[in-house]
Amino acid sequence: MTPSDRVATGLLTRADGFVQLITPEGERRADPDLDRWVVDIDTEALRGLYRDMSVLRRIDSEGIALQRQGEVGLWPPLLGQEAAQVGSARALRSDDFVFGSYREHGVAWVRGIDPADVLRVWRGAASSGWNPYDYGMAVPQIIIGAQSLHATGWAMGAKWDGSDAAAVAYFGDGATSEGDVNEALVFAASFEAPVVFFCQNNGWAISEPVGLQSKQPLAQRGDGFGVPGIRVDGNDVLAVLAATRIALDRARRGGGPTFIEAVTYRMGPHTTADDPKRYRTDDELADWRARDPIARVGALLAASGLDLETLEREVEVEAARAAGALRASIATMADPEPMTVFDHVYAEPHSHLDRQREQYARYLAQFDDGASAQTEGGAR
Amino acid sequence: MTTLTLGAAINAGLRNSLANDDRVVLMGEDIGTLGGVFRITDGLKAEFGAHRVVDTPLSEAGIIGTAVGLAYRGYRPVVEIQFDGFIYPGFDQIVAQVAKLHRRSRGTVKMPITIRVPFGGGIGAAEHHSESPEAYFAHTAGLRVVSCSDAADAYVMIQQAIASDDPVLFFEPKRRYHVKGEVDDRASLADAKPMGIASVVTSGSDVTLVTYGALVQVARDAAIAAAEEGVSIEVIDLRSLSPLDLVTVADSVRRTGRLVIAHEAGQQLGLGAEVAASITERCFEYLEAAPVRVTGHDIPYPPAKLERHHVPDLDRMLDGVDRALGRPNSLSGVEA
Ligand SMILES: Cc1ncc(C[n+]2csc(CCOP(=O)(O)OP(=O)(O)O)c2C)c(N)n1
Repeated sequence: MTPSDRVATGLLTRADGFVQLITPEGERRADPDLDRWVVDIDTEALRGLYRDMSVLRRIDSEGIALQRQGEVGLWPPLLGQEAAQVGSARALRSDDFVFGSYREHGVAWVRGIDPADVLRVWRGAASSGWNPYDYGMAVPQIIIGAQSLHATGWAMGAKWDGSDAAAVAYFGDGATSEGDVNEALVFAASFEAPVVFFCQNNGWAISEPVGLQSKQPLAQRGDGFGVPGIRVDGNDVLAVLAATRIALDRARRGGGPTFIEAVTYRMGPHTTADDPKRYRTDDELADWRARDPIARVGALLAASGLDLETLEREVEVEAARAAGALRASIATMADPEPMTVFDHVYAEPHSHLDRQREQYARYLAQFDDGASAQTEGGAR
Repeated sequence: MTTLTLGAAINAGLRNSLANDDRVVLMGEDIGTLGGVFRITDGLKAEFGAHRVVDTPLSEAGIIGTAVGLAYRGYRPVVEIQFDGFIYPGFDQIVAQVAKLHRRSRGTVKMPITIRVPFGGGIGAAEHHSESPEAYFAHTAGLRVVSCSDAADAYVMIQQAIASDDPVLFFEPKRRYHVKGEVDDRASLADAKPMGIASVVTSGSDVTLVTYGALVQVARDAAIAAAEEGVSIEVIDLRSLSPLDLVTVADSVRRTGRLVIAHEAGQQLGLGAEVAASITERCFEYLEAAPVRVTGHDIPYPPAKLERHHVPDLDRMLDGVDRALGRPNSLSGVEA
């Protein structure tokens, strides 16, 4: 029986709840199903994953800092979810397509998207930051769960085209309650669509614990729909990589959809507008800090004889450079021109909007500086 | 009398409704322990318990659909939709079920569901957090649609909405949540102005300026600014969007002869079109100019850095007033 078949029969779970290759203490665990999917990950490659996650963490904290300084309207931090995002995204091919939510800065980073293009939208300076076709990643999705249907449709199309590319839908534990996600599971199963449902169970949907969304492990959510599940330690980058590779392999070979539940934790607030102290305990946070996804890879690397301090210093330089670039990008992020509010509403001319555009141009032209006065309290 | 923010006034109204009728239950995402993302339900779970103030799974269709079942069972659910743009997953349940069940059951089943929606822009929010979806619901028979604009109204109207045997969409002007106002918390609800009646908030004789929600304050400011130029604006807060209190509006237009309607939502087939058409039908011979609409553009809500070019502000309202008065304005000399 291959691991893909084991997934199909629901075997890829373990007594302690999820599959794991690196313990929180940084010990490498053998796993008969997962090991062969990560044989190529040698010390060098593991260093790469460590570096990815560390730089990402720094970019993320820079996003928060920029929000606190008023440069960005809102920022949804991914602190704690670095392994889930890097591990899964590193499993993808460039012709696969990602449909993320709003927290997948790490996935975007791995797809090669400039963090400044992610920031641009949170700054309120643009409706989207990148061309989806350039990176194989859709524009972010704020409507909870909607992207799971989009991923499924993309996957159906890929299959009909005879391609072996796959789609991945990222969503949270809360999203599994929305109709869209459940409908996506139905479509994916019915059409054996090559799609991976990647659920980052980070424990909370804003203030609501995962137990409010499901009485069972979320990996079992797919069972009734005919979509097999894998429950993986989401703070273990190697296990996440393996699990995603298994699901992708299954998709490429015509096996259909897989539901991955990456068990992780959002260590920060839901967004910079949220105060998690109102609903969760310090103990819980401390408990999860001890399972930090980056620290455990560091410990594993150190145990294998690598000089961790040197690596940390190298990574710090790189992270500082990335954070600096992100900060510097603000300077060139000019506010969009007023008349661009009318852009791209339609692909073809629309007489009503064309008239409205003309009218607003005429309105603006009444002002000396060509720009309207401020909202509320402005003077003519 | 007491001074409360608009948000705190809704909280106080919800508290009264929970205390007065044990069939009232609050439901929504994050409304319990967190007290809602805007804290409008703050403290209510602690006071009334988790069975009265219910944190629901993350599903708008689920929330509204189960509210329908609870209403069948005789409950009076008060549902919170976290932000305007998140009401659409529940849209089918609202327009196909909530709106129609009283009729379909030939009056035997009541749907006293209140759906609270923080709406509108001007707070620099992300996508889907600043929408004005009220016209979709005003367009749907079977629903009542209201919007408060200050603390006093918020306090009374939320209780009236909950007490109504009809489903009520209750639009809360989120950018006014923190604005304080006097609230008469002693007065009896029975004596309060009915939910379906508009308010004349500023009297005037030259132009009638009709709006609702957050723009009421902008309209008040416009009236003050126009007065300095010798123009007298009568500002009407519609309060109820379905039904519209056209009697109050028509009465005003018969005196002023001019009508301007303002809203943040797009213009096409919006509330402004309805008010303009209805008033033209009723007051054609009193009108000295065509009714004027001052609205958001017919575009998806723009990114925060551009929202001031979308949401009507004081200047846009005054430009509309100029159009109604035939004074120089953005459309001067333009053929329609
Ligand atoms: C349809 C819809 N309803 C409500 C919201 C408001 N909202 C934004 S994030 C969130 C919680 C999402 O939790 P989860 O799916 O677990 O993802 P996480 O943010 O934890 O990654 C809610 C309720 C929304 N964005 N879309």
